[in-house]
Amino acid sequence: MSGYVLRRLLQAVIVLIGVSILVFAIMHLVPGDPIRQALGTRGTEATYLAMRERAGLDDPLVVQYFNWIGNALTGDLGVSFRSGRPVSELILERVPATVSLALAAIVVALLIAIPLGTISALRPRSVVDWFATVSSQAGLSIPDFWMGIMFILIFAGTLGWLPSGGYVGLTDDPVEWARHLIMPAITAGVASGSILTRFVRSSVLEALGQDHVRAARAKGMRARDVLTWHVLRNAMLPLVTVGGVQLAYLLSGVVIVEIVFAWPGLGQMALQAVEGRDYSLLQGAVLLFAVIFLVVNLVVDLLYAKLDPRIRYQRAGS
Amino acid sequence: MMAVGGPAADRPGGAGPGSADGPGGGAGPGGADGAAGSAVLAVRDLRVAFRTRRGLAHVVNGISYDVPPGRTLAIVGESGSGKSVGILALLGLLPATTQVWGSATFDGAELVGRSEDKLRQVRGAGIGMVFQDPMTSLNPVLTVGRQVVEAIRAHQSVPKAAARSRAAELLAEVGIPDPASRLDAYPHELSGGMRQRVMIAVALAGEPRVLIADEATTALDVTVQAQILELIRRLQDERGMGVVWITHDLGVVAGIADHVLVMYAGRTVEEGSAAEMFGAPVHPYTRGLLGAMPVVDDPRTARERDPLLTIPGLPPDPVALPAGCAFFPRCPIRADERCAHEVPPLTPVAGGRRHWAATFYSPEGA
Repeated sequence: MSGYVLRRLLQAVIVLIGVSILVFAIMHLVPGDPIRQALGTRGTEATYLAMRERAGLDDPLVVQYFNWIGNALTGDLGVSFRSGRPVSELILERVPATVSLALAAIVVALLIAIPLGTISALRPRSVVDWFATVSSQAGLSIPDFWMGIMFILIFAGTLGWLPSGGYVGLTDDPVEWARHLIMPAITAGVASGSILTRFVRSSVLEALGQDHVRAARAKGMRARDVLTWHVLRNAMLPLVTVGGVQLAYLLSGVVIVEIVFAWPGLGQMALQAVEGRDYSLLQGAVLLFAVIFLVVNLVVDLLYAKLDPRIRYQRAGS
Repeated sequence: MMAVGGPAADRPGGAGPGSADGPGGGAGPGGADGAAGSAVLAVRDLRVAFRTRRGLAHVVNGISYDVPPGRTLAIVGESGSGKSVGILALLGLLPATTQVWGSATFDGAELVGRSEDKLRQVRGAGIGMVFQDPMTSLNPVLTVGRQVVEAIRAHQSVPKAAARSRAAELLAEVGIPDPASRLDAYPHELSGGMRQRVMIAVALAGEPRVLIADEATTALDVTVQAQILELIRRLQDERGMGVVWITHDLGVVAGIADHVLVMYAGRTVEEGSAAEMFGAPVHPYTRGLLGAMPVVDDPRTARERDPLLTIPGLPPDPVALPAGCAFFPRCPIRADERCAHEVPPLTPVAGGRRHWAATFYSPEGA
């Protein structure tokens, strides 16, 4: 088992090195000059050259890469051209809002997907199944900006129950944190929930057809116990994988939802970095997203091995 | 419920579908040596049909048998003959689109039409089942101990620790070495034979009075098959269980069955005591099945020994059963002009003591 963890970690490191090279290369291939962008119409040619020099942009690319990656390893992702503040600081500021939204959205998604997917698998071609299919189709089709705006119009505007946007830290005011979180979490969670509903339905259907489910019923187990331990327990295995991908996607920022609800998340920050040609900030953000996906995938794989003893066995044996 | 017309009504003397006649009310045959009244499980004129897009598929078309305590009944037939469906139907283990008529009593209580919760109490505790493939019949992500424990706790409210030690006893009883440590093993960590022993331990957990072995040795190596057969025979002796072997392989049951019932297209085509059935099979289908068994001492090929040996063709479509004998399209003999139009009734075989066949053909007269 520990050998397996080590191997997976090593793989992750190799992927990370590749991603960092790719991120660095793309940033430097994109047309546009960050210093000119930052200076705008102000500044003389001498200032421009001095700034270029200070940012290390005159060094060979390889040197620039190693400088960047070496600093990144110590947590120093450079300084934002735009704001002049350290990139790591800018990112860390956004982490609480992003994590709050991502976790709340995945909870919403699972609360939709598991019951709806399970019930429709248990009653295929029933009214519930039809409802689940139609609503998950709708959840996927309705654009999230439209849904977000509708929520704001109804719950913030007409009814006035919830704030229309913004973020309040959990430690500052837990009640306000939750009130601000509800609408963005539902808006971001519905699309993930719709994808997962279909997934839960098909994996529960598959689990239901397994011989061991019939064998469990033949033991005389209660229907509820058969469902929990022989159907859902097995159907959750593939859900861990797909749910992990959804979580990674939500953690790396849901740009549109963040913009609609004025949510200070990583997605919005990355978008601003793109618009402002803020190389170092964008590099830092993209690298972070890559790390998020790698970490989530690693956790999913380890969790999967924990949940499915056959995998533990195969890997220990191989 | 409406009677299933046409080909399904093959038993002139039997009761119509839906009328549940009690034990002893069926036609003469259908007992594994012993009076029908002593049977733990008594099935009478059982019919099972599935709703399909093309219409009702008549999978079981009126079978009757008794399972007395301590005796062994073998139900033999090829896949699709309805041999497993008949059992699964009366335990309520088939999808909701299944329709069941006739009667099946366990301990005198009717099973057909029983509520799901009442049926649940019979499953495991009254009738235990061992399925074909122990790899897929055990949940791969739960330990074997857990799967035995849940079978125990499905019917008895015992604390977990007590159920666990009972599970270890059961594993020991089915011949699993070092049972206490095997409780924490996962199914893939055991061999096929060991897994099937676990399935048997699971089936025994509810102290059933009837054990159903549904192709229980088919997926196993030949040497392991013999061990499992021997194990079930020993457990049957110790516990006095009635055992039903469901198999397509006459060789498996030849040595252990008291009474054999051969099914074709959902009907009993021949049945009788094992000695008479194997000694002098009458129905062309049974003779074909027996011929398909290799004979070690006989150098002749199957076809040289008996022209009935291989059975060409496929069983009939259960949605559109032939009007006459269901075996007629494949029958190499076609002894009588009635074969094509009339379903031959199950009648006593001339000169037999406990032997019935549903055929117009008689070997002596041919």
